[in-house]
Amino acid sequence: MKSEKPNIDVTSAYKPTRPFTEEDFNRVKRVLGKNVLFVQGDIAIAYGALLAGCRFFAGYPITPATETAEMMSHLMPKIGGICVQMEDEIASIGAIIGASRCGAKAMTATSGPGFSLMQENIGYAAMTETPCVIVDVQRSGPSTGQPTEGAQGDIMQAKWGSHGDYEIIALSPSTAQECLDFTIDAFNLAEYYGVPVILLTDGIIGHMREKVVLPDFKDIDLARRKEPSRPKGEFQPYTADGSQIPEMAKFGTGFHTYITGLTHTESGYPCTDSQPDHDRLVKRLCNKIRDNRDMICRVERDYTDGDDKSAVGIISYGVTSRSVYNVVKKMRRDGINVDHLRIITNWPFPEKDVAELAQRTGRIIIPELNLGQVYHSVREVIGGKCDIVPLWKTGGQIFSPDEIIEAVKG
Amino acid sequence: MRTEIRLVATGGQGMIRAGVILGEAAIADGMSAVQTQSYGPESRGGAAKAEVIIADEAIDYPMVIKADCLVALSQPGYDKYASEIKPDSTVIVDEDLVEVNTPPDAAALYRLPFSTTADALGNRVVANIIMLGSLCAITEAASKDNMVKAVESSFSERFRELNLKAFAEGYRIGREACEKAQQGGK
Repeated sequence: MKSEKPNIDVTSAYKPTRPFTEEDFNRVKRVLGKNVLFVQGDIAIAYGALLAGCRFFAGYPITPATETAEMMSHLMPKIGGICVQMEDEIASIGAIIGASRCGAKAMTATSGPGFSLMQENIGYAAMTETPCVIVDVQRSGPSTGQPTEGAQGDIMQAKWGSHGDYEIIALSPSTAQECLDFTIDAFNLAEYYGVPVILLTDGIIGHMREKVVLPDFKDIDLARRKEPSRPKGEFQPYTADGSQIPEMAKFGTGFHTYITGLTHTESGYPCTDSQPDHDRLVKRLCNKIRDNRDMICRVERDYTDGDDKSAVGIISYGVTSRSVYNVVKKMRRDGINVDHLRIITNWPFPEKDVAELAQRTGRIIIPELNLGQVYHSVREVIGGKCDIVPLWKTGGQIFSPDEIIEAVKG
Repeated sequence: MRTEIRLVATGGQGMIRAGVILGEAAIADGMSAVQTQSYGPESRGGAAKAEVIIADEAIDYPMVIKADCLVALSQPGYDKYASEIKPDSTVIVDEDLVEVNTPPDAAALYRLPFSTTADALGNRVVANIIMLGSLCAITEAASKDNMVKAVESSFSERFRELNLKAFAEGYRIGREACEKAQQGGK
């Protein structure tokens, strides 16, 4: 039986060998039109992705993340990229992993139910060290929950959703502008560390329109995965140098690039019955993130001056930070010493910064749109050194400033 | 300075589109703006609400708590939100659709004929843009110039002229109502 030759050469559908230049960047800006826009967070994510050089998007529509996919379907054809509406979310993440291995910067966007479906392949991307960006526009769960309402219920799932030991990176924007900026950052982190990066936004920011200013090329950095530095015959896909991050050759270029979700050696071939090989691999997967925690972790600190302990420290992330900014302003006006630590990288968790806050104050309050998630990470870091007041809310509405102030006053 | 504007109606009346146009004009004025919305799963019918916050500084909390300006184009919308306003606020209703049984505790109440004016222009659908014209004239939430530009860029050529006419008509109605209110105040 003679197999038919496929008439599509998958590896040539995308030709990324050329680096993403200033000219490419400006071409995207011309397609986007104006420099100052009034757009939804979801749309800003699509814009950020294209400005970061993303040229492959695969997704399945789901409220409140659909606008990202919709915008990608409009824009990708205009800049020579590919947008595919897949049959479901499992296929979507499979497609972006494949596209990434072919050299594309690739992204998918979904919400809770789709994010749950993607977990297995997030583990696969982590195990195979495939750079990719997964946008999770969080909505109320569990299950299909409240499609049109925002929530922060997937924080723990982002880190622990797939099985086994691995690390990912997760970023939480709180404005439409940050949706754009952090998407660029997400691509940079994914490319640099060879890891899936999750953008943890929510239905409120996703659907909120705000002013967004497009960056200039000179204002941003664009990272690219390390390409093979050895000749074809000597290259091994999982040889990691001191940085613990292997070089990456794209499929179809003649470099040996066998990849598998099975435990593998530096050659990429499975080796599933050797304890030392497994231990070495999994520790490196975790340590390439853990050892670089200080480089990756980002927070925003707004601490009161002086040596006195503050009356209260508030830890926020994502859309909840918007309420807390207002709370801090109001409380300081009333003469209350309040410290605010905003977490930007939910993962890896900024342990040092949380520990520092615990030393500055006797009481920490953590407003979250869930029934307790970051609360647990904070409690783990603080180890009983100061009081933690949880403040939990579900159902789709964000905290009003007064709700938080009341809780602070206890 | 922070101005909180709440637009309530029934799904399909174009409140969200109106909110987006207002936000775009405010941005063009050099202000900060946030637009949020809530609506049911239906494409028409059900309660629809658009909120716009305009400020001369970065906007932290993005939601409206008590409005500086409430615009209601539906009875349930008015009944639900008439009390969620500041004492010095402005309330604008479509007199064809909303009966003000209990006057709101606002500084000013305007009852304007958005729907009949839209019908006179030949299409009920532009009531939202007529409303925007009046809102602009009464509250000056965004400059007229940039409002007109935002209306212009929001519609395809087929509907552009009609909507620009609707805005101008709404602006005229709003101006007249303002002048009348000022004379009445004297």
